[in-house]
This record gives sequence, C-alpha cells and structure tokens, in this order.
Amino acid sequence: MSTEIEKEKATEKWPTDKGYIYIREDYCKGCGYCIEFCPQEVLEESAGFNEKGYHPPEPTAIDKCVNCGFCSIICPDFAIWDEKEGTNE
Amino acid sequence: MTTELKQKEEVKPELTSAEHPATKYLREERLPHIWCSGCGLGSAVTSLTNAYEKLEIPIDDIGVVSGIGCSGRAAGYFETDSYHTTHGRAIPFATGLKLSNPEMNVTVFSGDGDLFAIGGNHFIHAARRNLDMTVICVNNYNFGMTGGQFGPTTPRGATATTSPYGNYENPFNLPDLAASAGAVYVARWTSVHARRIQQAMEDALSKKGFSFVEILSPCPTGYGRKNDLGEGIDELKSYQNRAVIKHESDPSEAEIERDPEAEIVVGNFVDIDRPTYCEVADDYLQSQ
Ligand SMILES: Cc1ncc(C[n+]2csc(CCOP(=O)(O)OP(=O)(O)O)c2C)c(N)n1
Ligand code: SF4
Ligand code: SF4
Ligand code: SF4
Ligand SMILES: [Mg+2]
Repeated sequence: MSTEIEKEKATEKWPTDKGYIYIREDYCKGCGYCIEFCPQEVLEESAGFNEKGYHPPEPTAIDKCVNCGFCSIICPDFAIWDEKEGTNE
Repeated sequence: MTTELKQKEEVKPELTSAEHPATKYLREERLPHIWCSGCGLGSAVTSLTNAYEKLEIPIDDIGVVSGIGCSGRAAGYFETDSYHTTHGRAIPFATGLKLSNPEMNVTVFSGDGDLFAIGGNHFIHAARRNLDMTVICVNNYNFGMTGGQFGPTTPRGATATTSPYGNYENPFNLPDLAASAGAVYVARWTSVHARRIQQAMEDALSKKGFSFVEILSPCPTGYGRKNDLGEGIDELKSYQNRAVIKHESDPSEAEIERDPEAEIVVGNFVDIDRPTYCEVADDYLQSQ
C-alpha cells in the first residue's frame, strides 16, 4: 500500500492542526533534512539561491502541513519552523 | 534584523511566530552558527532548548557548559549562563557550578573527544559521585574541529586523518561506560531521532543525579567524507535503517560497528535512583 494513501487516511481520521511554515532563508545551509523528513511532503528545494549559495526549501503543499514541528527540530540551522494556523476538521 | 522570512507579514499578518523556537534560548547576534551544512549539532541544540521549554525551566536557572571542539562551540550560542571551558574540563567546571549553586540546572554539552579522550577521567568520577547534572555527548566518532583525527569512539576499521589505513583501536561503548561508572540515567539516540532525543533530554534534566545522553551525529566534513558516508542526509537515512530500539537492554551489547549495514542499538538503557553527591555529603556532615 502506498504510504501516500496511509498518510491521507491518517489525517482524515483524526482532526489535525493546520500548520503554517516560516523559512529564514539566510540561515539555511541546504542540507535537505526538512524536505526529506517532513512526514507530509510539504516542502521542496527551491530553484533560487540564498546568499550562501544554497537552495532553501519552499512549501509547495502548505495545505498538507499538520504543524508537527519536525522540520523545526531536525533543521540544524534554526532556519525553518511552524505555527498553528487552525484545525483540519 | 536581516531576516528574509518568506511568507510573513504580507500573507499572514495574524500569525506571530517570527522566531525559531530555539532562538529564545540563544544569542541571536552570534547566529548563523559556524557548523557545516548537515552537521548534527544544531538539531541537538534545538532538542535541548525544546526540552528546557517543555519543562518550563526559567532561563536564569540554566547553566550550559562545553569543552573544546565543534560540539564545544555550543555553549557560546546559549543565552543562559554558559561557559566555554578548556579542553576536557567541562565536567570539572560544571561540578564547581553545581556545588556553588545547587539550585542551578547544569547541562554539559560536548563532544566525544572532549568528554572521553582528554576529559574521560572527569566523566567517570562525576558519574561515580552521582553529581546532579546532565551530560550530553554529541558523538561524531572523530575530532571534527581539528581536521578529523580518530578518537576514543572511532569504530574499528574506520578511516581518519590519523588512521589512514583504518583504526585498529578498540572504541569505547559510551552507554556501557556511563552505566558502569554509575550514571543513573543513560540513553542513546541518533540525530534522526530528534523527538526521542528531546524526550530523553527531558527525562535526563528531570532526573536527580548524573544522567547521560549520547547522540550519534553526522559529521559530513570529517568522519563522513573519510568513510564514504556521503552527505549528512545519507548518514541520517542510514541511521534510520540501522537503529534498533531496545529499551532497558544491556548497554554492553550496544557496541557500534563501522559496517554501514550493521545494527545500532538505541534506547533508554538505565533509569535508576541512588543518592546524589550533595545528598550524601549533607547526610554525612550532619551525622558528624
Ligand atoms: C589542551 C588542548 N589539547 C588539544 C586541543 C586541540 N583540540 C581542539 S578540539 C579537539 C577535539 C575535539 O573533539 P570532539 O570533542 O569530539 O569535538 P568535535 O569537534 O568532534 O565536535 C582537540 C584535540 C586543544 N584545543 N586543547
Ligand atoms: S510542521 Fe511537520 S508537516 Fe508541517 S512542514 Fe514541518 S515537518 Fe512538514
Ligand atoms: S533543514 Fe534547515 S538548513 Fe536544512 S534545508 Fe531545511 S531549512 Fe535549510
Ligand atoms: S567538522 Fe563535523 S562536527 Fe565540526 S561543524 Fe563540521 S560537520 Fe559538524
Ligand atoms: Mg567529535
């Protein structure tokens, strides 16, 4: 079974937070941890460069963010974090 | 502030969280930090600040002490009371801090080389005495800061600047060492287990006595590059595959092999109670 479907189901079953993401691009060192380990696949590498020459992440599917905070804790550079915006019914 | 926040203000003016949660405990004027892209140190710092926040420890009651190394740089970023001490001497310094101010929540945050090579003796005696402090070791299997020399946790067969033909020494198994020396709380996780690390830190900080948390952390610039481990992200993915959680298992069976496929035992190994150094000292002196 695709993990995509499992995730959809999981978020359907229980009310989850709706999250909002902030990215401090000048701190990002492009390690890709937030993109790889976001359980909801909210983020992708952006095409642009920051001043250090890295590609910061960008939220391409913000509607799927459940405000779990994993991107904020795994980011080694304090460059990304979430905030609760509401609740998914 | 030169933030380049992406969506703030113009899109969602009602939202307020314009700071990363860790920065509340950090000296923002010193950021961005010096650590390499993909280095595990920054994530370990966030797990720790999250733990302080969760436990609602007032910032004025926290002391963070480091020795020397990339890991040793951590103390300098904390806006708590913080001390960047000499190489290997974080624990003696933390001991003085705790004895002179028993109310302080003392955390030692340092590296494998600092805590277990030059500082190894201090570690075993602080554990033996059961000093009330939390020691966090970011183990990246080498001396990252000085160019990737092998150290007391470098696995057998691993390549380092000073072991170009492979390391033939027997490494320390840190949870086993901590448990044998008398630590009352011992846990090991890898950088990919960021939440588990936070939980272990909460447990360790709440525990009375000598608690120890080991974090197996990527050092893509030093150890990773010399051992063909790829980027930091490849190391984290490999930890996802290699880690096996065995709570309360015998830490002597938690040796780390160099083989990138070999299992790595993680979990909470020890959680016991015994009187702390200060308690024993008070009781003894009062009985005299
Ligand atoms: C008395 C003394 N000896 C040697 C050094 C050189 N030195 C600086 S950092 C370091 C090793 C640090 O290793 P570790 O604690 O593992 O930190 P990492 O950089 O890997 O995080 C050494 C040997 C020193 N600064 N002082
Ligand atoms: S808060 Fe969780 S779901 Fe939202 S982007 Fe971060 S990791 Fe993904
Ligand atoms: S985890 Fe942090 S530093 Fe790494 S790519 Fe994401 S925002 Fe950038
Ligand atoms: S050398 Fe290793 S430990 Fe030091 S900052 Fe770079 S990745 Fe981190
Ligand atoms: Mg080291």
